[in-house]
Amino acid sequence: MGPVLAGVLQLLALMVALALAYVPLGTYMAKVYSSDKHWRVERWIYRAIGAHPNTEMRWPAYLRGVLAFSAVGVLFLYLLQRLQGVLPGSLGFSSIEPAQAFNTAASFVTNTNWQSYSGEQAMGHVVQTAGLAVQNFVSAAVGIAVAVALVRGFARSRTGELGNFWSDLVRGVTRILLPGAAIAAVVLVACGVIQNFSGIHEVGQFMGASQQWNGGAVASQEAIKELGTNGGGYFNANSAHPFENPTPFTNLFEIFLLLVIPFSLTRTFGVMVGSVKQGYAILAAMASIWVGFVTLMMWTEFSHHGPALQIAGGAMEGKEVRFGVGASSIFAVSTTLTSTGAVDSFHSSFTGLGGGIAMLGMMLGEIAPGGVGSGLYGMLIMAVIAVFIAGLMVGRTPEYLGKKIGTREIKLAACYILITPALVLIFASVSMALPTPPQSMLNSGAHGFSEVLYAFTSASNNNGSAFAGLNANTDWFNTMTGLAMLLGRFLPMIFVLALAGSLAEQKPVPVTAGTLRTEKPLFASLLVGAILIITGLTYFPALALGPLAEGLAS
Amino acid sequence: MNNSVTNTARLLGAGLRALLVLTLVTGVIYPLVVTGIAQGLFPGRANGSEIKADGKVVGSSLIGQAYNLPLKKGQQTPEPDLKWFQGRPQNGLGHNSVNTQYKLIVSGATNLAADSKDLVQQVKDAQAAVIKDNSVPGHVVKPSDVPADAVTSSASGLDPNISPAYADLQVHRVAEKNNLPLAQVQKLVDEHTDGRTLGFIGEPRVNVLELNIALKDLAATK
Repeated sequence: MGPVLAGVLQLLALMVALALAYVPLGTYMAKVYSSDKHWRVERWIYRAIGAHPNTEMRWPAYLRGVLAFSAVGVLFLYLLQRLQGVLPGSLGFSSIEPAQAFNTAASFVTNTNWQSYSGEQAMGHVVQTAGLAVQNFVSAAVGIAVAVALVRGFARSRTGELGNFWSDLVRGVTRILLPGAAIAAVVLVACGVIQNFSGIHEVGQFMGASQQWNGGAVASQEAIKELGTNGGGYFNANSAHPFENPTPFTNLFEIFLLLVIPFSLTRTFGVMVGSVKQGYAILAAMASIWVGFVTLMMWTEFSHHGPALQIAGGAMEGKEVRFGVGASSIFAVSTTLTSTGAVDSFHSSFTGLGGGIAMLGMMLGEIAPGGVGSGLYGMLIMAVIAVFIAGLMVGRTPEYLGKKIGTREIKLAACYILITPALVLIFASVSMALPTPPQSMLNSGAHGFSEVLYAFTSASNNNGSAFAGLNANTDWFNTMTGLAMLLGRFLPMIFVLALAGSLAEQKPVPVTAGTLRTEKPLFASLLVGAILIITGLTYFPALALGPLAEGLAS
Repeated sequence: MNNSVTNTARLLGAGLRALLVLTLVTGVIYPLVVTGIAQGLFPGRANGSEIKADGKVVGSSLIGQAYNLPLKKGQQTPEPDLKWFQGRPQNGLGHNSVNTQYKLIVSGATNLAADSKDLVQQVKDAQAAVIKDNSVPGHVVKPSDVPADAVTSSASGLDPNISPAYADLQVHRVAEKNNLPLAQVQKLVDEHTDGRTLGFIGEPRVNVLELNIALKDLAATK
């Protein structure tokens, strides 16, 4: 069997596994967010918080909950890093400098997990497990909560009430992420991922002498890092590190973990709005983009254009032998089309076009299938835009799921799709225009520009992967990517929740012969078309200067 | 005004309490429970898959190592010990971190672009070295024989594996340096070649440390 066929079969195996999980997981998650029963442990948690889980919130209250919880999260994680030097269990690492501590705190609270530090050289057990890993759980739960609030906006009428933030947050952790991560962590350990609390110690080597080893609660963090589409590696090499991703099987399993919730949430959406077919249409749009991107990535990586790769005879620079080109391509696309940003191979050394595909995946807004929760709400915003475009074509007031898409709704959706490109392009161009930031580039020419463009694309879209040659641990990049992450996470959430509130207040419009059938393949195609055109027009000039210039020259 | 300040304070208080209680659940109980299960069921794997030779721990079967001669005076980079099978090149990291060279305490890739002049030079140098080291009397290595993994750096800088093609390429040299029959060394490589998992997951590979341990045993019995 050749490597191309093996790559295709791995893609097919992944699709089968995701399809098997789709109905049970999607339906289960719908029950989680619809049930009025509280588990006993949840009641204890609500009592500790001082929250009443049955109190319905309108969108401003829901948003205040999201922002307050996240603000506290940033502050707590910042202080934890600043105090690392005096905390026990820190492996002797010193406290993190203010700019980097701010960057890392913003990064993990926003589900981005951009890392300007090297895990094995900077973060001790306490910061990793009680700080970073905790945000892996709760930032993912916040994302799902906001998506569920938007879905309730479509599902409910004449109310404006979107559910209770504290209840959605806690249930996401206790009923979805924690059980899922616990099972996944044990599977990972069984395959060789380490899970211990030993310190840095010496271990013998084959040629004599010894080398330093560092222990860590890696499996428990790796599981939620993928399942919650976080992506912050325990070690600098992330999921390429053999202690995070030891075998070809764990590699495929980790790709499965990072895709399973985002894809299955379309089922949750379908169940909650009372038509699983609506969920299938959204799923079809997501899946076709994902498969298309994987195909393109495999094509460009297997054909290994670029002078160095041509001489080497294959695109193996920055890739591991056990994964090879095929599985690395699937991972790279899956991590950039979700908000994960974990890597099992280093995107900077991909072919010029391959790096461009990774970047374009993030620029689509990470909606195919996107991050946990953020993928679904991003895709639903695009569906609103697509419905609006279709409405303009036939001269009819657009409707989606029985709700009128009026002036207020379309303004909010338009703000949502404008904010992230604005952040990416402004931050990247200012960084290029100033004298010092470009000194962080490792490579020169088009690829050097791509490093900066990639950094702000990744930060603003809350991805977290990088063209990692860029020295991001400078005051400029720590501060600016930190801001880009916070604005790129919370401004869109404001628009999503405002839209949800506005939809929930409406009374439903009856379906007539003239209603656009949004559960049909025609609409799914229109949706994919709208996404590609909007993103293409927004980012083409920037892409032309970076990856396209590099890719077409070789 | 006063009212809104109180409300904000109350909300932040609720946020803090939520964070603390969820930290207890996901940041203390969860990792400890997983560690307990891991150490109970799979202690070897949870502690890094250590591997022994002659009763001594010589590393992890998951982590690649360097097989170099000791540094001579005035040398910057050590020379490979050609008695042993060699792993992937040790070019190390780019400028934003410390050099890896199979040091577990720093992992990472070169991050050089496919059109980088530095990378072109690194690949050419590595190719020339592979050809020179592995061409023995009666067996000349051609540039087209050298597989991609033999001349490129891995993603982790700790890749424990090489492709079967690169292992096969080293057989003549290793046999000669150890005064072993060619067929025996080739058999050793074949025994240590892992196929794809279930026939299609990942790529075929050879674990260099395990192969070298077996080679050491073979050489010792001679």
